[in-house]
Amino acid sequence: MSTSDSWGRFPRVEQQARALVWRSDALPRVDGPVLPHGLGRSYGDSCLNGGGTVLLTAGLDRLIDFDPATGVVRCESGVSLDTLLRLAVPRGWFLPVTPGTKFVTVGGAIANDVHGKNHHRAGTFGRHVRRFELVRSDGSRRMCSPEENADWFGATIGGLGLTGLVTWAEVQLTPIRNPFVVQETVPFENLDGFMRVSAESEADHDFTMSWVDCLARGRKLGRGLFYRGNFAPTQFDRLPLARSHLSHGSGLAVPVDLPGFCLNRLSVSAFNFLYYHRERTKPSPRLVHYDPFFYPLDSVYGWNRIYGRRGFLQFQCVVPHATARDALKELLERSARGGLPSFLSVLKTFGDLPSPGWMSFPRPGYTLALDFANRGEKTWRLVEELDRVTREAGGAVYPAKDARMSPESFAAYFPQRERFSAYIDPAFSSSFWRRVNPASLPLPSLEGRQVSIP
Amino acid sequence: MKKVIVLGATSAIAQATVRLLAARGAALYLVGRNAANLEAVARDATTRGAPKVEFRALDLNDCEAHASLVERAWQALGELDGAVLAHGVLGDQAESQRSWAATELVLRTNFLSAASLLTELANRFEAQKAGTLVVISSVAGDRGRQSNYVYGASKGALTVFLQGLRNRLAKSGVAVVTVKPGFVDTPMTAHVPKNKLFASPEQVARGLLKAADGRKNEVYVPGFWALIMLIIRSIPEPVFKRLKL
Repeated sequence: MSTSDSWGRFPRVEQQARALVWRSDALPRVDGPVLPHGLGRSYGDSCLNGGGTVLLTAGLDRLIDFDPATGVVRCESGVSLDTLLRLAVPRGWFLPVTPGTKFVTVGGAIANDVHGKNHHRAGTFGRHVRRFELVRSDGSRRMCSPEENADWFGATIGGLGLTGLVTWAEVQLTPIRNPFVVQETVPFENLDGFMRVSAESEADHDFTMSWVDCLARGRKLGRGLFYRGNFAPTQFDRLPLARSHLSHGSGLAVPVDLPGFCLNRLSVSAFNFLYYHRERTKPSPRLVHYDPFFYPLDSVYGWNRIYGRRGFLQFQCVVPHATARDALKELLERSARGGLPSFLSVLKTFGDLPSPGWMSFPRPGYTLALDFANRGEKTWRLVEELDRVTREAGGAVYPAKDARMSPESFAAYFPQRERFSAYIDPAFSSSFWRRVNPASLPLPSLEGRQVSIP
Repeated sequence: MKKVIVLGATSAIAQATVRLLAARGAALYLVGRNAANLEAVARDATTRGAPKVEFRALDLNDCEAHASLVERAWQALGELDGAVLAHGVLGDQAESQRSWAATELVLRTNFLSAASLLTELANRFEAQKAGTLVVISSVAGDRGRQSNYVYGASKGALTVFLQGLRNRLAKSGVAVVTVKPGFVDTPMTAHVPKNKLFASPEQVARGLLKAADGRKNEVYVPGFWALIMLIIRSIPEPVFKRLKL
């Protein structure tokens, strides 16, 4: 057993780890439940298995096939999106959907049915998965696609790694003719401003998202910057796609955990103020390489360490259009009041394209992501309040970014969970799953294994 | 190296090397024991840009098969200008001390089979007066230690064999590159607790190819092992035999 944490560094659990190497091998036999674990970029406990074993998929990182004519790529589930970009971009293809970090695996993208800045156009990652192989602890192997074993396909997309091990998957990439994005930045004064800019931007822009100044109050509540963009057209023959995978990151790294006093109301205010005023004075529209456009935080290696040893809690919810205005106001007001303000607050509109995944998080409405330095009881109470507001608004909270949601909330957010439960592999479980389904605990003794925060 | 045979191609270091070679556009002939795993490595190499990848499943301890193996590889790729020998076993020192069979298996895999393959490859490379032989030995071959002297002896013998081969082939323009990794984080060392001395297979592969490109003689990867092994080799035997290394 060794102590492990996730990207949010909270909670910490004691768990075993076993490395997977070959996709044709049988699953290792171990005592207790197992859970596939890729690059560990989930924030809360959905990628942890306290008291059990995680199956490390980093060794399942081989490419199987790529057709540059059709943009269909087949690869093992431990292949990172970064690897796919290095393969695809020089040949004129891009990920159909990408989250804000490229350091996630294809298996993780399926298990969490990730979304990106183009949800209104492309839906979730799961929509672009053509098929995959699912290995169960009983030794069975299933080919899953929308046509073949469609129920297993629907259960596994967004299924949090609980239905078995995805050994390989086939994904349809999307064509690009330029690795640069034409980006426009539009400041907005408040929430209504955001909704207006969002509505008028969606028709003409593939990629949209907003940064929100979560310290602005009163009439400026919800002010921020709206980013929208499209891949640039073919006009840069002198910048061949072949060289475009070069990282444009700054190469900064956070070498150590920053001490707690670096993050306080004053420093976060200063950061938010400077960011807002610096960004809005940059020229717009401008050309931005895809790397800083999609992955601004990847260039600061280990950025999660700015929160210190106690880590942080992410909170991402979606609220439906009907209740969005009041709910977002309340969420922003509460988060500004209730302790340390969120460093990075992101607003985005989700479209109505359905995912094939039964347990997929995105649904029509607005999604808000906030992060909070972990200050113990106070922070947890705040996040539980936000959870309650979301539930009352008829929304949902994203399991990949959650460490606190209640079992009641989970049940309300994921109405298909009972249908889904029948497809969980009996040998698979996670700290998250046991937390939100206390009744289904296979090993009651596991609950005590969570390591307390020093 | 443009047409390369990789022996032990499913080992972690070999896989990382195959990826780098594939990205450079090298044609590859991969040899390993498990056909399904070899095919996975071969498809990965093809997808990453290798123009031609062939593979053959074979237990390399079967030295009788080496001549025909090299002949087939030669035919498959037209000719060869590079070879990477990466197969090997760590063995279990305690088991080797109890059993000659276990000791023999380590010596056969790490030394005898390599010597047999190198004999075939060296004669062909010598005849064509070109080629690069890259062989993975180990820092463990630099000095025998009680904790793993059977493995160390197999790699030490390999290192000396390569020294002689290099001496012989120098006049033919054939490079013989001995790569001595330290601890590497691979399935071979999965049971060993990791520390800062451990390198990744990718790190070792980059060092290996850099040495091959530079036609180096003996290299330690990562380089700091040169210093560590200098110290370990310098300890006088009367002192050394009392140490618990």
